Amino acid sequence: MKLQRVAAVARKEFIHVFRDPRSLGMGIAIPMLLLFLFGYALTLDVDRVPLMVWDQSATPESRDFISRFAGSRYFTLAGRVGTYREIEIAIDRRDVLMALVIPTDFARKLRTGAQAPVQLILDGSDSNTATIALGYAEAATSAWSRDVILEQSRRFGPVPAAGIVDVRPRVWFNTDMVSRNYIFPGLIAVIMMVIAALLTSLTVAREWETGTMEQLITTPLRGAELIAGKLIPYFAIGILDLVLSVLVGDFFFDIPLRGSLWLLFAMSLIFLTCALAFGLLISIVTKNQRLASQIAMVTTMLPAFLLSGFIFPIENMPPPIQAVTHIITARYFVTILRDIYLKGVGLGVLAPEAAFLAVFGVVVLALAVKKFRKKVE
Amino acid sequence: MSDLAVTLRDLEKRFGDFVAVNRVSLDVKRGEIFGFLGPNGAGKSTTIRMLCGILQPTAGSGTVAGFDIVRQPEEIKKNIGYMSQKFSLYEDLTVEENIDFYSGIYRIPDAKKKDRKEWVIRMAGLTEHRASKTAILSGGWKQRLALGCAVLHEPPIIFLDEPTSGVDPISRRNFWDLIYHLAGGGVTVFVTTHYMDEAEYCDRLALIYRGELIALGTPAELKTRFMEEEIVEVRCSRPQDAMEIIEAIPGIGHAALFGRTLHVVAQRADESIPAIRESLAAGGFTVDGIERIVPSLEDVFVSLIEARDRETTPQQEFSR
Repeated sequence: MKLQRVAAVARKEFIHVFRDPRSLGMGIAIPMLLLFLFGYALTLDVDRVPLMVWDQSATPESRDFISRFAGSRYFTLAGRVGTYREIEIAIDRRDVLMALVIPTDFARKLRTGAQAPVQLILDGSDSNTATIALGYAEAATSAWSRDVILEQSRRFGPVPAAGIVDVRPRVWFNTDMVSRNYIFPGLIAVIMMVIAALLTSLTVAREWETGTMEQLITTPLRGAELIAGKLIPYFAIGILDLVLSVLVGDFFFDIPLRGSLWLLFAMSLIFLTCALAFGLLISIVTKNQRLASQIAMVTTMLPAFLLSGFIFPIENMPPPIQAVTHIITARYFVTILRDIYLKGVGLGVLAPEAAFLAVFGVVVLALAVKKFRKKVE
Repeated sequence: MSDLAVTLRDLEKRFGDFVAVNRVSLDVKRGEIFGFLGPNGAGKSTTIRMLCGILQPTAGSGTVAGFDIVRQPEEIKKNIGYMSQKFSLYEDLTVEENIDFYSGIYRIPDAKKKDRKEWVIRMAGLTEHRASKTAILSGGWKQRLALGCAVLHEPPIIFLDEPTSGVDPISRRNFWDLIYHLAGGGVTVFVTTHYMDEAEYCDRLALIYRGELIALGTPAELKTRFMEEEIVEVRCSRPQDAMEIIEAIPGIGHAALFGRTLHVVAQRADESIPAIRESLAAGGFTVDGIERIVPSLEDVFVSLIEARDRETTPQQEFSR
């Protein structure tokens, strides 16, 4: 491998990238767009659930119960109604997600110490959101019930201190349980995977299509030199994307970075090698830009989004799919980034993931060099 | 290295059932301008690619600069410059950037780099356009720049695949001046073309047709030795109408328009000339002159191809 030839190829590739607005846009503008779009829009948190109330009881007790919902940040009171028909219409129109129906005998039953059932009607068409909203409603109800019991016991005698188990939860790592903190590190992984593989999947194929490759293969240039030279500018773009992502995470989304920034960069270099080499391998094998970009899309974008654990938890997948995720490089990088960002762990914990990525990168690079032939068909 | 720059022995290339190059054997001496002449799809580019080590031959053997084309393609690549039919430099790079790139690829030492670059720019006449992107250059300039980049490392042998296709006549003439200049410096030039006038500039020529070598020699040898028939030039009024009348005369092969004159292929010129004169007079044509001439390369080529077509069952012409 001769450094002079690698440098010549790298310099030429840099010029291509800087002169081509499309590849600059794809390399820098699109990642930033995705970051902001997903950063703002993609949140799994459910709050301010629109709630409708039919208060048949209309007593101080029922009003107190309702205010427990209305005062919470998880619900907003969307209106009061007097018939089931109105509830149905509101749910159909997606004006509300749930409706609370308090029966006429609510207050009377409470005063006699009997159980006071209330009805909660939920729009289950989005089962995930409905489940979360139901959880909120149950929590709000049981908290209110406990207060009522305590109030009543206080009225009749000393407060029974024992007998009620009180869970005091303490959440580690993502203390506020903000889903964005969890999604953002994964998002960086997905963006880097897709951009790196897509950009490089075009480079070798383009030279075959324009005919410049025919000239190159009559020179003493070696495959490894060409591949190394072509990787360098895209490494630079990948690192730039990473720096921008970390800055955006810090300044716009307040994503806490607990671990070492250097470890983050070191791991990213390993992952970038995998993604870039994979894109180049596709380009070398297909020799056709359109086919290469389609294959890159299907083999990197889809698995990175669906199978990396970025949004959909791998533990919830059926075992055969779980097995498949083990060959998805993005999966390891998502884990690495989350652990560094949220848990602040060191190389000791991340070694298996790092080792897998390193081996994958080396194998794909070797395959790319082997598959690159200085021959025309 | 012997005094042979290129040797081919029964070189063959098949693409499926199609025989693109059919057992071609020839030698090219060092310092020679060797022309590879043939119509489109004859197998010229395929042969040149095999010689450059970028296409695997199906059978046969060959050497370039003393290295085997099958076993030592990378050694060959250090000793050749190649210019393909299609402009294959980077259009989004400037003239200088393209030269710098190939300087790096050929690992030209720093001490020589600047001199070689200036030499290419001067040779290609691109002094004023050195900072322009190559996309905006005209065809002639592109060809000269491509040639310049192919000979940056001063290779002993250069392969030029239809270097002047689609270039205006003045640029073509300039380009051939460059080729002569390189050959004068001892470089072997292997050039393919389908322009007959360019073929005349070569030291030796190989005629290739449908993958087969049909004639080999200097331009003068081809015109005198390979032509079985003789050529009669006819200058007369209404040459287009005269053609039909002349072709009907026994002992005449065929007639073709050459500008305002007719070239008539005759088995024996001395017998045919009086016959043509008689027929034309009878048809009311004004005859300005009829004489036997030395055939042009085009006459030779057409006649050799027709002879070949008569003796072989035609294989479907196939262009790649």
